[in-house]
Amino acid sequence: MRVKVAIGLRPGVLDPEAVAIERSLKGLGFPDVANVKRQKIIELDVGAPDREAALTAARAMCEKLLANPVIESYTIDIA
Amino acid sequence: MRAAIITFPGSNREVDLARALEAATGHRPLSVWHKESELPDLDLIALPGGFSYGDYLRCGAVAARSPIMTEIARQAGRGVAVIGICNGFQILTEAGLLPGVLMRNKGLAFLCKPVTLEVATRQSVFTSGYEAGQEVVFPVAHHDGNYTIDAEGQKRLEDEDRVAFRYKGELNGSVGRIAGILSTGRNVLGLMPHPEDATEPLQGSIDGKPLFASLAAALG
Repeated sequence: MRVKVAIGLRPGVLDPEAVAIERSLKGLGFPDVANVKRQKIIELDVGAPDREAALTAARAMCEKLLANPVIESYTIDIA
Repeated sequence: MRAAIITFPGSNREVDLARALEAATGHRPLSVWHKESELPDLDLIALPGGFSYGDYLRCGAVAARSPIMTEIARQAGRGVAVIGICNGFQILTEAGLLPGVLMRNKGLAFLCKPVTLEVATRQSVFTSGYEAGQEVVFPVAHHDGNYTIDAEGQKRLEDEDRVAFRYKGELNGSVGRIAGILSTGRNVLGLMPHPEDATEPLQGSIDGKPLFASLAAALG
């Protein structure tokens, strides 16, 4: 099954890259831009027989490698 | 001293580190590839700087899941000294051997220059050769050195005297200007600046020498 994992920073963690993007957009004539957030999207085939197994596998992958729980949270989307 | 330097695909400071260790101890460190899963009895395990796995996913994230890291965690748990410099520090945080995480520098620039640090504690086998509060100059060369930890974690580091080095001035956005930290057992040190590249006059500073001398004095 095809799984889409979106990884973003936890609320309250400052993202210097998002700040730079926001500043740049403001400079380009979008003064009302606010709260810019970046996410990483990882898509993968997990080879699981059903949705539940795919979800379990994807969760384990996030815990073990894909996300760093110190600063990141994630959402899992199954096609 | 029996020391081992662990190399990963993309490590690039292992030669400098080996040279600094050998100069201080008179013994050539063992070189160990990250695919190994066992280490002999050691006094020191060193993780050098570089860009393991091209910094893919997150700096140090893939290297932290290498076979050797389970063995390093086991040895660290037994009290063996472990030092991670720059990418080595990132790997140690990703492996959970040190708290917090190194994020992208606040100013987004790759910083490559000598910086002034303050030795924040001398209570460790790594820093006993310095005076507390002593100013030293080590070079930095990193894009992701912005040390991040929640307020509770930072308080714990401060209360337990586990900040080893602090940037003298604002550098990369690190909380509390933290440049290096110790584990709860004080036997694991991670730091972003490069003491191994401040051991000979040609490098512009010899302020890193006492760190290796401290290790030699403590570990033989």
